[in-house]
Amino acid sequence: MLSRTADHLYWMARYTERAENLARLLDVTYRMSLQMHASSGGYWGAALGITGLEVAYKAKHGEKIEAGNVLRFMVVDLDNPSSLLASLKAARENCHAVRGTVTSEVWETINTTWLEARASATQLAQGAMQGSDLTKYFEWVKFRSHLSRGVTVGTMLQDEAFHFIRLGTFLERADNTARILDVKYDELAPEDTTSNEYYEWGALLRSVSAFEIYRKVYRDVITPNRVAELLILREDMPRSLHACMKEVHQILGFVANARSRETQRIAGMGYSELRYGRIDDILEVGLHDYLTKFLDGIAGLGNRISQDFLVPMS
Amino acid sequence: MNNVFDELHAPDGAVRGHYAAYKDWLAGMAPEQIAQKRAEADSAFHRYGITFAVYGEESGTERLIPFDILPRIIPAAEWRMLETGLRQRVSALNAFIHDIYSAQRIVKAGLIPAEQVFRNAQYRPEMQDIVVRNNLYALISGVDIVRAALPNTASDAAEYYVLEDNLRVPSGVSYMLEDRRMMMRLFPELFSRYGVAPVEHYPDLLLDTLRQAAPAGSDDPTVVVLTPGAYNSAYFEHAFLAQQMGVELVEGQDMFVDDETVFMRTTQGPKRVDVIYRRIDDDFLDPLAFRPESALGVAGLLSVYRAGRVSLANAIGTGVADDKSIYPYVPDMIRFYMSEEPIIKNVPTYQCRKADELSYVLANMADLVVKETHGAGGYGMLVGPASTKAEIEDFRSRVKAAPDKYIAQPTLALSACPTFVESGIAPRHIDLRPFVLSGKEVRMVPGGLTRVALKEGSLVVNSSQGGGTKDTWILEN
Repeated sequence: MLSRTADHLYWMARYTERAENLARLLDVTYRMSLQMHASSGGYWGAALGITGLEVAYKAKHGEKIEAGNVLRFMVVDLDNPSSLLASLKAARENCHAVRGTVTSEVWETINTTWLEARASATQLAQGAMQGSDLTKYFEWVKFRSHLSRGVTVGTMLQDEAFHFIRLGTFLERADNTARILDVKYDELAPEDTTSNEYYEWGALLRSVSAFEIYRKVYRDVITPNRVAELLILREDMPRSLHACMKEVHQILGFVANARSRETQRIAGMGYSELRYGRIDDILEVGLHDYLTKFLDGIAGLGNRISQDFLVPMS
Repeated sequence: MNNVFDELHAPDGAVRGHYAAYKDWLAGMAPEQIAQKRAEADSAFHRYGITFAVYGEESGTERLIPFDILPRIIPAAEWRMLETGLRQRVSALNAFIHDIYSAQRIVKAGLIPAEQVFRNAQYRPEMQDIVVRNNLYALISGVDIVRAALPNTASDAAEYYVLEDNLRVPSGVSYMLEDRRMMMRLFPELFSRYGVAPVEHYPDLLLDTLRQAAPAGSDDPTVVVLTPGAYNSAYFEHAFLAQQMGVELVEGQDMFVDDETVFMRTTQGPKRVDVIYRRIDDDFLDPLAFRPESALGVAGLLSVYRAGRVSLANAIGTGVADDKSIYPYVPDMIRFYMSEEPIIKNVPTYQCRKADELSYVLANMADLVVKETHGAGGYGMLVGPASTKAEIEDFRSRVKAAPDKYIAQPTLALSACPTFVESGIAPRHIDLRPFVLSGKEVRMVPGGLTRVALKEGSLVVNSSQGGGTKDTWILEN
């Protein structure tokens, strides 16, 4: 397949996944800020931190971190290239550029998502960026992302186009899960055993649809170390780093070409560490250091994938 | 104009035979049912993104081409005549282009003045003596046909005329296919009741035509569609055709020339390209040969083409045959190359480069349609009866300053077809663009794209000027 086509498909999937995770993150932050009024500013600061948007936010809205402004900036602001709406727009534009390569159902889904997201964002922006309209919007974005993924799996031939879409999805998800975990773990001291803690870790689990999964897997109280284990090492948890890297490694095998050997090796190493790693060893290194290194690894892998497949020099 | 041919009603007010069954069916539909179907069509077109960009508006603006749910119906016998006439005309045009770029017999025979051909901006000296597969240059042609009565004749004396031959990169076929798909989705029962000839196999015919054009020796040729990119007004069509044919949609940046071969960059390394269905103009194909600033083309493409190692559809230089200054000679071409009389007529045309015809045009401008020979898409033309005095005077001075650049034709009363407009159903002027594919045989799907001028009284059907489209039904018996 054309390298440029693969590039558009890969980024279409990354932006779709990014929008979903941003909706998850903002949804849970909003709910937490309603429950724990006192530390609300901290939650919104953390949300900006996860996405690396603190500097850009302050440039636009000043030093004061205020819920309405953060939401406006991260949800509907098209000047912010990482906002939810901007991500959906980028997904749509990438899809538009290769609309002949995806099935018409995939194109219709992504295009409709953008058209409707823009319309409801306009309405949201006219209001105070709060209340059930906001949470409904997050739910809707998640739902549309499920639909995009479902229509991709359900209608597309499992050829290279499909593989590059899936590659984008899982690489982005690995990145996003690591970020969510990193900031929350940083924010919440593991020794802290106040009742807040329960809600905060619960909220984190909910943000990655893992609250019920946690209950099912551990049948026990929520502890930070188990949350970390679930989201990093569990192979059967669909948003864990392990599950994501397993897919990335496998897909790189499907699309391998003459120059991708080293990229495959690096992905294989990363996957093996998760497959055979133990949570105690990770915690001994320190979770933040571990996740920082993981995120660097993901970024490096993304660059290698671009060079090998998406924008080759010749 | 009072001599407009009404596609639906005969002059005595009776419904024409081929519309009768449809008219009965329509009469049985409740207005709210129709309104709901129209809304459904709009929303589906929007969701599916069947849009076009309009030049001169805010960049990235996309608009829907208005779709009218009332079909345009043509009886089988009329279509058979049109089909035979189109085959004849396009064959003659291909013979003409081949002749111009080889022996130039028609010029030597004195039928077409040499300066009309060789000083035409669309003539490409680079093409002289290049071997083109099967001697076919215009593989895809879009021939604009109108049914019209000449001034001062009765409306039912109307005949079919060719208004324009589009031999460079004619567009619109995707709307023909989407209009049909939409009609079948909205009114499936109509298609079983009526014998409407199918058009859905067009992409197969197109792919087969393109494969036939591959350089000799490529057994399993790789065909691609070359687009200027997602912001081009016809991008939807480019993507649509590539998808329907199952071939890659490429941009210039996706290809490169190495070792006298065109390659595209793929995830599995470079892959050879044999046939390029290019949807960009000659000028932009190769920055080394034509416009050096073009970022849309592929550097070195022309040298590979000249060596016969890649095919282009359409060939370079086909514009020499569809230019408005060459149009008046097409009937002579048919006689010269085919030894036949033209089956579909040309519209009577005044060439302003001829002194006597120029003075006629200047004296009768208010009654004529005056066109720039290089204009297209409804730009650069004057419709005399619909223009103000000032507009006519402005055009008059432009024609006087450069008479070579203009032709004029009588203002034709294009036939009118019932169409949904704000006030209900009313007649609006239409034309027809069949798409003719030239390979070992000349083939086309029945019908084509019917364009409709939605503004009352307007004769301009181009989508860039507020035109819409209709499904075109060729009845099978």
